[in-house]
Amino acid sequence: MDYKTVGLKAGIEIHQQLDSRTKLFCRCPTSLREFEEHTDEYFRFLRATESEMGEIDEAAREEMKNERRFCYYTYDTTCLVEDDEEPPQPLNPEALTISLTIAKMLGMSPVGQIHTMRKLVIDGSNTSGFQRTALVALDGAIPVDVLPGGGGIETICLEEEAAQRVDDHTFSLDRLGIPLVEITTSPCMKTPEEVQEVAGYLGMVLRSTGKVKRGLGTIRQDINISISGGARVEIKGVQELDLIAEVVRREVRRQENLLSIRDELIRRGAGVREEPVDVTHVFSATSSGILKKADRILALVLPFFGGLVGREIQPGRRLGSELSDYAKKCGLGGIFHTDELPGYGVTPEEVSELRTATGASDRDCVIIVAGPEKKVHCAVLQVIKRARLAFEGIPEETRRMLEGGSTSYMRPLPGAARMYPETDVEPVYSRGIWGAIQVPELITKRIGRLKDLGLDPGVAEHIGYSEQYPLFEKALNQGVPPALAARTLTSTVKELRREGVAVDHISDDELIGALAAVGDGRAAKEAVPEILRLIAGGTPLADALEQCAGRVSVQDLGDIVRAVVRERQQFVIERGMASLGPLMGVVMAEVRGSVDGKVVSDCLKDEIRRILQET
Amino acid sequence: MNHTYDAGDRLEAQIGTSVRQATYITGRDGMAVVKLDNGYNLGIPYDSCRFLERPGQSVARKPIVTQRDELPVLSIVSTGGTIASRIDYRTGAVTSQFDAADILRAIPGLSSIGRFRTKQLYTILSENMTPAIWQELARAVHEEIVSGARGVIVTHGTDTMAYSAAALSFMLDTPVPVIFVGSQRSADRPSSDNAINALCAAKTAVSELGEVAVVMHTTTSDDSCSIHRATRVRKMHTSKRDAFTSIGVPPIGTVKYPTLDVTLAAHARKRRETEPMVLPDLEPGCGLLSFVPGMDPAVLDAFSGYRGLVIAGTGLGHVSTAWIPALRTLAKDGCMLAMTSQCLNGRVCDRVYDTGRDLISAGVIEAENMLPETALVKMMWVLGNEDDPDKAAGMMKEDLKGEIEGRSVHGL
Ligand SMILES: [Zn+2]
Repeated sequence: MDYKTVGLKAGIEIHQQLDSRTKLFCRCPTSLREFEEHTDEYFRFLRATESEMGEIDEAAREEMKNERRFCYYTYDTTCLVEDDEEPPQPLNPEALTISLTIAKMLGMSPVGQIHTMRKLVIDGSNTSGFQRTALVALDGAIPVDVLPGGGGIETICLEEEAAQRVDDHTFSLDRLGIPLVEITTSPCMKTPEEVQEVAGYLGMVLRSTGKVKRGLGTIRQDINISISGGARVEIKGVQELDLIAEVVRREVRRQENLLSIRDELIRRGAGVREEPVDVTHVFSATSSGILKKADRILALVLPFFGGLVGREIQPGRRLGSELSDYAKKCGLGGIFHTDELPGYGVTPEEVSELRTATGASDRDCVIIVAGPEKKVHCAVLQVIKRARLAFEGIPEETRRMLEGGSTSYMRPLPGAARMYPETDVEPVYSRGIWGAIQVPELITKRIGRLKDLGLDPGVAEHIGYSEQYPLFEKALNQGVPPALAARTLTSTVKELRREGVAVDHISDDELIGALAAVGDGRAAKEAVPEILRLIAGGTPLADALEQCAGRVSVQDLGDIVRAVVRERQQFVIERGMASLGPLMGVVMAEVRGSVDGKVVSDCLKDEIRRILQET
Repeated sequence: MNHTYDAGDRLEAQIGTSVRQATYITGRDGMAVVKLDNGYNLGIPYDSCRFLERPGQSVARKPIVTQRDELPVLSIVSTGGTIASRIDYRTGAVTSQFDAADILRAIPGLSSIGRFRTKQLYTILSENMTPAIWQELARAVHEEIVSGARGVIVTHGTDTMAYSAAALSFMLDTPVPVIFVGSQRSADRPSSDNAINALCAAKTAVSELGEVAVVMHTTTSDDSCSIHRATRVRKMHTSKRDAFTSIGVPPIGTVKYPTLDVTLAAHARKRRETEPMVLPDLEPGCGLLSFVPGMDPAVLDAFSGYRGLVIAGTGLGHVSTAWIPALRTLAKDGCMLAMTSQCLNGRVCDRVYDTGRDLISAGVIEAENMLPETALVKMMWVLGNEDDPDKAAGMMKEDLKGEIEGRSVHGL
């Protein structure tokens, strides 16, 4: 697909949790908990003012009202601030410094006097009904080697993370208040690959600080997409970097298909018949479980929509799915439409009776909405609303990513953010912090440097991105050979952990001490796992070194090698120097890894040579 | 340099290398606070601003509120506590709403409970309340009662709400509910307790209750409000929704939310048990002093000339024996002395230890299980209405408005 012709414009909003010691506006730790660990729960209502509810018709609004009762889980790691029972504490200076560091890395201008705002969020994910957020810097750049032609970063905001949803109306407070940076780019990306590239770049910049959280859910990308003749669509919460390009590709496809459906509808002179017909009687003896259970079944005729409602617009998604998404907002499981019927337990006879009852022709599509009385009426209005939008093309929407990269409707695009000042938090100043910030080395640059040190590219990449990097660098500064440090940190420690060794009991200094001993020949590198095992078990570093180094002295090694070679004299004579390999294994097993392989091999070579000369 | 911007002025703001259009909001610590078009405020030096234009005033469209004639008349008297507010998202300004129509717009559920009229008496912070304002409030509430209100709701800041409510209890005989209500979390936030407290207060105001009460959240959850007797209630937490607690007695009722079912306890006073009457005289020359170990008796000199002094003593109602002579002097000079306890819970008893017996002989009245603050406002009222010292002392020990519980009930 030629994305230039399509006129693709995309921007990214990245949300990244910061790894600060405490939360943004209280002194609780930023640790996540298991839901079962919650200590208490309580209930709250959030009251919407007029326009926060604008997404749904009057009838729907009435119904939604009673459902805005939320339950919150508390923990021994949450406090009254998360409960919205105590005013916030001053903005966390550690989090502010991290966010300004990121801003400096992206070449942004800091805001002099930073004001915390309240951004209204009434979906229950914030106990207060708003999210605290502060704009800390503006106008940075995406380098040209990342995005051809370069690009812009519009803003970076420091905000509090929302509570984690347990189920529909229940939230867990452990996550609420963890500091988060929100980085917003301009809509400067023109291909799906560019979007993925920029997202990867920003992720790398964030990780380069060494001060961001890692793991699933700690970074989320929202993607804004539009094509020529389309509308802006925001896709929320893409967590997997590798899927970003695919999400963009699929969204472009969806928008193109919706535009062509629009053209087709107009060509056909299609319409929306806004009076639903009660067809409950048509399905009085149906074998469809959903229809049988329903108190009320209403049918809505979409003249000349036949075939278009069932047309695929994205893998696994049809125009019908979009109509269904809107209906689901009223609490129904979904809808049926004649493009997919007969099926789902609905017989051909019932379909034809349905068409008769509604006066629909074969070229029309009939939508069936079934369920409790109130919800059905609400859902019909929602279907009408979405069907009408089909004539405009692409509705401006916030969408949710589905598995695989297709998306479903969440809510209309938010209007201008409804914000007002957080009067409980004093403004803070960037001036004292900004100048002192040391811009960390970018991971990409770091990896290049490691390759220059002679590390294997794969290892360099691994250790460069690793959380262990600061320790690695410390080891290098103390004279540990890079390859040894990298291997120990990226694989040895991991293997020991898998074995069940308590590697967490090994301090950084002990680890570096062990590696340094190898560096200056006091220990064999083969002995590293055994030394670490001993330290993890509580043996002091010096003793561990002595136990491992002392086991086989050079003298002992000589004896062992002589014995091994002599026992296999015939083999050595037959194979000559080629016997070195097999004999290495035998000797290494004898010395149990406590002597450097190079030393063993030198000693072994000497002994083999001597035997060969003797004979 | 132009420091004379008005809120709402359109400016061009230079932030580092970036230039953005913005709206002027206010000045803060020598910097101009502007709102960018994305909604964020930030502070920049004044010389980084350039004036663009001053937009004309836009008038907010307000939906029309209709009141239902068949519903009982409820009166809202406001003193400054906000139960409703409105946010202007253009400037971020939060304004308190006192007009009946504005309150009903903010809390639509009220319009199905009663027909409201409002009287805005004051807009002050509750810490700035004075006995003189309590008197004015008592007169205003009395007026609302005699002019036919089925119930009166007083909106009040929470800090000193218990003082005002207790003061009204003594000044006012009421055949209808007089309900004090406020909010612990600001009314501008979607999570505020304002609406639920207001709805529960309104429902209490049309109930069969016949006394002055405080209606606030029962727990941190939005599932019920407690109706507290004004003379037994105390704010027991700085910030939580359920800060108000009845001390030493159960609440006189509860209102479930969202059903708004009111349940009144057996000990609650009922509607029409008395005729409306106001006796608003108060003696302002009264004090409340909390004793601490080692406190110099000379502190008491500050109260010379006072007509009354309530002491919050330790434990059963004690102060240092070093205080006895100074207290004797105060009493001789005509200052009524009453002893309450810092324990808040339980009854004062000065007949157990020597110090207590000395206090009684010095002229100190045991204020039974009265809360210190309640004892203070009661003393003001008693001294304002009774000149005879013996009769006044007798009134202090007599239960007038539920402030003294004759029995200390097990389990509270
Ligand atoms: Zn906390």
